[in-house]
Amino acid sequence: MKSAARKVPFSALGVYTVIYLAFLYIPALFLPLFSFNDAIYIAFPIKGFTLKWYEEMAQNAAMLAALESSVKLGVVVSIVSTILGTMAAKAFTRYSIPYSRSLQVFIALPLVFPLIILGVALLVVFSQINLPLSMFTIGVSHVVICMPFSMLVMISRLEGFDKGLEEAAQDLGETPWMTFWRVTFPIALPGIVASLLLCFTISFDEFLLAFFLSGDEPTLPVYIWSQLRFPTKLPNVLALGSCILLLSVVIVVLAEWFRRIGVSPSVEETEKQ
Amino acid sequence: MTRDTKRSLTLLSPTLVLLLLALTLPILMLIVLSFWTQVGMNLTPGFTLENYETFFDRRIFPVLLQRSIENSAMVAVLTVLLAYPAAYFIAFRVQKRKILWLILITLPFWTSYLLRIFAWKVILGYNGVINSGFISIGLIEEPLTFLLNNRGAVVITLAHAWAAFAILPIYVSLEKIDRSLLEAAADLGESPLWSFLRVTLPLSLPGVIASALLVFIPTVGDYVAPNLVGGTNGLMIGNLVQTQFGRGNNWPLGAAISIISMIAITGVVCVFLLLVHQMKKKLA
Repeated sequence: MKSAARKVPFSALGVYTVIYLAFLYIPALFLPLFSFNDAIYIAFPIKGFTLKWYEEMAQNAAMLAALESSVKLGVVVSIVSTILGTMAAKAFTRYSIPYSRSLQVFIALPLVFPLIILGVALLVVFSQINLPLSMFTIGVSHVVICMPFSMLVMISRLEGFDKGLEEAAQDLGETPWMTFWRVTFPIALPGIVASLLLCFTISFDEFLLAFFLSGDEPTLPVYIWSQLRFPTKLPNVLALGSCILLLSVVIVVLAEWFRRIGVSPSVEETEKQ
Repeated sequence: MTRDTKRSLTLLSPTLVLLLLALTLPILMLIVLSFWTQVGMNLTPGFTLENYETFFDRRIFPVLLQRSIENSAMVAVLTVLLAYPAAYFIAFRVQKRKILWLILITLPFWTSYLLRIFAWKVILGYNGVINSGFISIGLIEEPLTFLLNNRGAVVITLAHAWAAFAILPIYVSLEKIDRSLLEAAADLGESPLWSFLRVTLPLSLPGVIASALLVFIPTVGDYVAPNLVGGTNGLMIGNLVQTQFGRGNNWPLGAAISIISMIAITGVVCVFLLLVHQMKKKLA
């Protein structure tokens, strides 16, 4: 098999995959391209190179305020989601729980739940209990959708984790807290970092829930949405979008790198083959 | 209750409480609200089927729901078809640095969803990339207007935006396939096409199903793509729900539309899973 595959390293399938990659990337790459274009309207031909949209963006107070809100929100949401997700993952991987499968499905439900319905449902509850819409209400909804991601990342990290290690630590006289801190935590750490980064990215990018649940303080996606209707505001949005694109790339590569650190030798072996 | 069960429930309880309060309770509340009425700004508790009747009386509402489901089904089929060969390539043909390929494919997925959708408006628009590009090289004289503001634009845009969601489950299921099965098929004289159809494809079916559902379910309620690239012909049920909670200001009607959509989506998913089950039985 292997030798047969070696003979034709770039078959029709390979060509297809490269075209597929182009299909995935090209639309996203128009944003940075036009963010350097010296024209308000997004159209060919390219008029000339400029950095003025980036300069304008840096002075746009409303945009920067939205950016700040989104970063704060993302940080809090990712921490809360990761704590919850890690606890849930530990419960599933370490102990045998009755109805474990159903519970996992229930917790993973937000992954396949139409966001718009979750958004309006939460809106109804918040308005019924007279809770004013704010960053808090958006945060609650974001934790609901981020936590399953965190749980899945942590389950794959903790699966196969030898509980003998924890028992050995306790036999040697460590308290449960110290056992967690000195044995479990270091092993789980790459997963935790990956989970934090993924949850941050999800929250930072989430639009629909924030759209329904935001008060007077918009998150960045809500702000971008409000700008999309005005053609003259677009170049600023493109500049910002390009920065986000670059930042997301850095974050995802970091997350992936952390997730893979020593995750399982078998993965690396298959890679080396 | 054993000590382990107690411990595990302690670990799970914050998550379960959160989900009960922020997922189960809101959905129940939405169901209750769908039987209420609203006069002006005031919600009147009660029990009426009025909102459900309104939904079916206004012909456009069921049409929008049907259209959303059709669109999302097309998106799901398209994403799976486009993703499968690429996933297959990475799982079976790539020998080194599979992870790199996977990261490459999923990277665009982690960039702003809004801007990914918006990019298509930029590409397909009246003064968009395709039109202005074709005009500047003299291929056409007038901008093509059939590119944007229709269902096709919505389907392409969504298929692009959700691509990464489809490829990962398919890749995982292909990667899990025991390579010795394929070698056995080859040894027994099966042609590559037959061994693909009889071994690889059936074994990767769980991944295909997971991808299809992961794309289908959330896109039915998508609001952004129909709004930006759909025009009036491309509107979907999400836009209708938003209108009732926004400008239309009829929350109970919005709630009823949401509930009906949820039931319809669940129904379609059940039928789909049932069909897959039957198909598997026939093959076995």
